[in-house]
Amino acid sequence: MRKKGRFGAHGGQYIPETLMNAVIELEKAYDHYKEDPDFNRELNTLFNEYAGRPSRLYFAKKMTEDLGGAKIYLKREDLNHTGSHKINNVLGQALLAKKMGKTRLIAETGAGQHGVATATAAALMGMECVVFMGEEDTKRQALNVYRMRLLGSEVISVTTGTATLKDAVSEAMREWTRRIDDTHYCLGSVMGPHPFPTIVRDFQSVISREIKEEIMKREGRLPDAVIACVGGGSNAMGSFYHFIEDRDVKLIGCEAAGRGIDTFETAATINTGRSGIFHGMKSYFCQDEFGQIAPVYSISAGLDYPGIGPEHAFLHDTGRAEYVPVTDEEAVNAFEYLSRTEGIIPAIESAHAVSHAIKIAPKMSRDSIIVITISGRGDKDCAAIARYRGENIEE
Amino acid sequence: MSRIKKAFENKKAFIPFITCGDPDIETTESIVNEVIKAGADLIELGIPFSDPTAEGPVIQAANVRALKNGITTDKIFELTKRLREDTEIPLVYMTYANVVYSYGSERFIGKCSEIGIDGIILPDLPFEEKDEFSDICKEKGVDLISLIAPTSRQRTAMIAREAEGFIYLVSSLGVTGQRDRIDTDLSPIIKTIKENTDIPCAVGFGISDPTQAAGMAALSDGAITGSAIIRIIEEYGREAPAHVGAFVKSMADAVHSA
Repeated sequence: MRKKGRFGAHGGQYIPETLMNAVIELEKAYDHYKEDPDFNRELNTLFNEYAGRPSRLYFAKKMTEDLGGAKIYLKREDLNHTGSHKINNVLGQALLAKKMGKTRLIAETGAGQHGVATATAAALMGMECVVFMGEEDTKRQALNVYRMRLLGSEVISVTTGTATLKDAVSEAMREWTRRIDDTHYCLGSVMGPHPFPTIVRDFQSVISREIKEEIMKREGRLPDAVIACVGGGSNAMGSFYHFIEDRDVKLIGCEAAGRGIDTFETAATINTGRSGIFHGMKSYFCQDEFGQIAPVYSISAGLDYPGIGPEHAFLHDTGRAEYVPVTDEEAVNAFEYLSRTEGIIPAIESAHAVSHAIKIAPKMSRDSIIVITISGRGDKDCAAIARYRGENIEE
Repeated sequence: MSRIKKAFENKKAFIPFITCGDPDIETTESIVNEVIKAGADLIELGIPFSDPTAEGPVIQAANVRALKNGITTDKIFELTKRLREDTEIPLVYMTYANVVYSYGSERFIGKCSEIGIDGIILPDLPFEEKDEFSDICKEKGVDLISLIAPTSRQRTAMIAREAEGFIYLVSSLGVTGQRDRIDTDLSPIIKTIKENTDIPCAVGFGISDPTQAAGMAALSDGAITGSAIIRIIEEYGREAPAHVGAFVKSMADAVHSA
């Protein structure tokens, strides 16, 4: 009864007492509405008419031919309204918050994709919205800051700590303890205290449900591997979920290795972290010997986080999913490769997944199938990647 | 009788909070000695954490300063051991769950017991998750302090019944730090607490002057002050001990006459 929201040893609710009733109420509301036909109808209509779901499963013919191995399909979450998978979770949570009588949404954001999605849902549903974003990220994702403001949200630049995603989460949690009554914390990934990892996973699991349906239609069988990038891990969890029971489908999460897992400038949690308690959950975290959370680094603001969702930690423990590191350089190469080869500019986050597919596809037989989730589109990253390549362009 | 129990015996307690290692460990040691002289009844020693999600800007900044200056859990254990040689004042650690868990909960709590720490406060450890720590705490004779908040409502009785040492009643919503006034009506919460436990209950968060401290102590069994002390340390640095002493004396006097 006591231990809620556990994935093996991971998960739980490590939050201040001030927030406990808020998460208990959220859990109750979610348990009620997830079974409610009206709620699901409303959400499906939003998914379909507003977000543009189902998203396409695109056969990447040129990439497949170029790599000469497995057939490659791209799950095009980048084509969703607002340009990433984040909208799936946000529409679900915003609708739930509205049913709970909340009038204000707060959110953290790294790359700005979750912030933009939350600002969008708030505009749509007539709710107030405040987004917390690390100062460092407001610089590297300036376009998204403007988008959020345009959508009517307040963006608060967080200057504490490393001024990146983890600090944005901390600040959003602090704000939630200040103001609970009218405010829902729209957490953007499969992390934080229970019930968030479960709620976010369920709303994102539409990705794997669609992949499964579509690939069965097109190929008459399940894929051999599903590959997605992992920061907190929401697009990966959504991409994996309906395949967990299908033991023959390899599930591969791609972590941001930054400048390499043998350096301190990395955000590869599974590969370099250890068990810890932070941001409401027990999971793996990059930390020092005294449990101080490490100042992680990745070129990708969306993966630049020192932890990973508890269900991923569990999938790692049980060996059901594999988590591989991908460096900045490899991700940038893949970013350029997909743009050139398929005319699709992926988010730098998603490019981490593309990179790993480029590595393994040639070693697989021609009748095998890989699905890569393109979690978002890369327009937001163009200026930063140009800078990475030594070219200064005006945004 | 435990040292914590004694601190509340026949009087209201004033409880100062000090971030260890801010600005350095020697200054922390002098500050602790000053606040003992000034009439503090129990001391909360903060072990800095990189990402203290329950703290406002003042204590966050103190954590950053202390960590930057190389403070570690082991150095704080050494400091505590030295302090314990000269004083019987109850000492409790205030830190975050990961600092304990990551060190090895058995090892950390065992160390606490060995060096004379009386209790541990972990603001990110609610009732539902406390067993993995409280079982070890019971075995080692260290009190795991429970927090109750204005939003606890139906949870208050449940938490109070299993509480140990003293109860840390959070005065109002939000993180630590100064507030102009505390609007929460704490009386009904304290009444529920008293109906469910005999252990004392002290109020903290946002108590920054003697009037507020006396007011809170009059309602409960004591008052806790952190950010107002840390601001003095921030301002005076190594010269802070005497200033902190004077401030704590004014707070302790107000609480003792409440």
